[in-house]
Amino acid sequence: MNSSQDNPWSRIGQSPRYKELLRSKRAFILPASIFFIAYYFALPILVGWWPELMKTPVIGPVNVAYLFALSQFFMAWAIAFIYVRKASEWDKQAKLVIESEELASKH
Amino acid sequence: MTPAIWMFLAFVAATLGITIWAARRNTGASAYFAAGRGITGWQNGLAVAGDYMSAASFLGISGMIAFYGFDGFMYSVGWLVAYLTVLLVVAEPLRNAGKYTMADLLAYRLTPRPVRAMASLSTITVSTFYMVAQMIGAGALVKLLLKDMPWITTESAIIGVGVLMVVYVVFGGMLATTWVQIIKAILLLTGTIFLSVLVMKHFEYSFSSFFDAISHLTYTDPKTKLEVTRNFLDPGLKFGDAVTGGMGKWNLISLGIALLFGTAGLPHILVRFYTVPDAKTARVSVVWAMLIIGTFYILTTFLGFGAATILKPHNIPFDNMSAPQLAETIGGPLFFAFISAVAFATILAVVAGLTISASASFAHDFYSNVLHHGKDVDPNTEVRVARITAFVVGGLSIFLAIKLQSVNVAFLVGLAFAVAASANLPVIVLSIFWKRFSTTGAVAGLGVGLLASIVLIAVSPSIMGIDLPDVVAAKRHLIQMQPLFPLENPGILSIPIGFLAAILGSLLRPEPEAEAKFEELQVRAQTGLGAEKAVSH
Repeated sequence: MNSSQDNPWSRIGQSPRYKELLRSKRAFILPASIFFIAYYFALPILVGWWPELMKTPVIGPVNVAYLFALSQFFMAWAIAFIYVRKASEWDKQAKLVIESEELASKH
Repeated sequence: MTPAIWMFLAFVAATLGITIWAARRNTGASAYFAAGRGITGWQNGLAVAGDYMSAASFLGISGMIAFYGFDGFMYSVGWLVAYLTVLLVVAEPLRNAGKYTMADLLAYRLTPRPVRAMASLSTITVSTFYMVAQMIGAGALVKLLLKDMPWITTESAIIGVGVLMVVYVVFGGMLATTWVQIIKAILLLTGTIFLSVLVMKHFEYSFSSFFDAISHLTYTDPKTKLEVTRNFLDPGLKFGDAVTGGMGKWNLISLGIALLFGTAGLPHILVRFYTVPDAKTARVSVVWAMLIIGTFYILTTFLGFGAATILKPHNIPFDNMSAPQLAETIGGPLFFAFISAVAFATILAVVAGLTISASASFAHDFYSNVLHHGKDVDPNTEVRVARITAFVVGGLSIFLAIKLQSVNVAFLVGLAFAVAASANLPVIVLSIFWKRFSTTGAVAGLGVGLLASIVLIAVSPSIMGIDLPDVVAAKRHLIQMQPLFPLENPGILSIPIGFLAAILGSLLRPEPEAEAKFEELQVRAQTGLGAEKAVSH
């Protein structure tokens, strides 16, 4: 077994910068995934068990069911947009992790 | 010769031109399997969308909305939301840790041979199921679209599609396949936008009169032959309790699970992320794909509701033909020809994408790494094996499609998604996120997930059922008995089974070497350090 000193993967894996990157990714991806899964399944569940509620007209003949189904598209786009903005931060953090490793490997 | 034939020939000529251009640039394995990793974000986004938007979505979903209104629209939502799983969970780690196939990620820290053998089996199974369904669809479509040209038979259409897809893949590799997808995606989106505008023009660009017409639709019910007035915005016409005896909602939920987990396990979508230079471009390409796919599915509602209100369901003899028939009615024969050619192009592009992912997996996973232990295989030999595989896969699917053309194959696409969700996705996710995941777990997850999907579909209402004697062969159930499993889509049960098998396998046979390499894989997957680079030209 290599000691953590001469194994670059483990040196990065133990570095505080890398751990912060993982923490920051998890803090967004986990709740975002739970949210979109819940939001998506709310549609078949509401339509399946409360169809009368979903038939309520909102704007002219356009009902709750149609608007909620349409909102799923915008929900998906919004999460994708927020994810991309977050991910460009993570790109910077990852670059720092890699750069400090390159520096460490020269010594 | 009808205009449809001319437009289709123009598409074939353009794509063959691209194939010749791509063949000249294809030097080496990375160029052949991954287009030299030089595809840009928006190009790959169009290509992902092109690979995904099959004739089943274009013709099938607009037909479903034309006949069942809101329920058809609700059906289409999951196809877009599923891309959030691709974006948030798999695209970037896969790009960072792999080379050509999804098995690269699994083999990184597990024992390569058993894992690659199983992953290759699952990839080829998914691709072949999907491909045979698409090719039979192509044959049926030709019969309907070219009814005034009886000399074009179902068989010749299937052979034509099969030969073209083999030509793209064998000579043009991933570069040609990608550009075929891009052109097809642009054509499909253009066609849908035009048709939607024509629908709105019919309603004098007034949304309120469009939605009024949808909510008070008077037509003759095709089943009861009685005149009815229904609100097509209301749920329940297809999946409601009155129609399905309570199973419809469970079917929808099970389908949703299969989509949300299956899309991120479809081999022909996953290989797309190896064609871009880095994980950041992979991410951008998913966002482009989501914009295109979402726009497309929102527009299918104009096509579907347009067909329902303008044509009326009782005037549409075949539900899959709603969109082309609508194009003919409100756009004239030339526009009908364009939409028909787009439908062909759609099928052709999807089967080409499936062929290349199946041949890449066979050559890279099975031939090089299982038969030859990952040693002593010249990259050019790997490319040659992939080309031969494309020939074999093409020949096999032409044969199967012709043999099965009068069989009810509607279950095949569902089966492909179920296998992707129950076999592929659990092992991809566990490999990235679970330290104790082991080779035994991967083999068990892939094998049991594959088997569970096939068995549950075989005993489901997709295959089992009792038909009246007058039902035509293409709609008859394959096994004439009461279904043993009540849902058409097995996802709700087969996905937990796949995960459970992968977890139990790992706990029963732990693998310290794989655990030791977890940190290395995680660092690679999360930072992109050491990822495969683009080939400079």
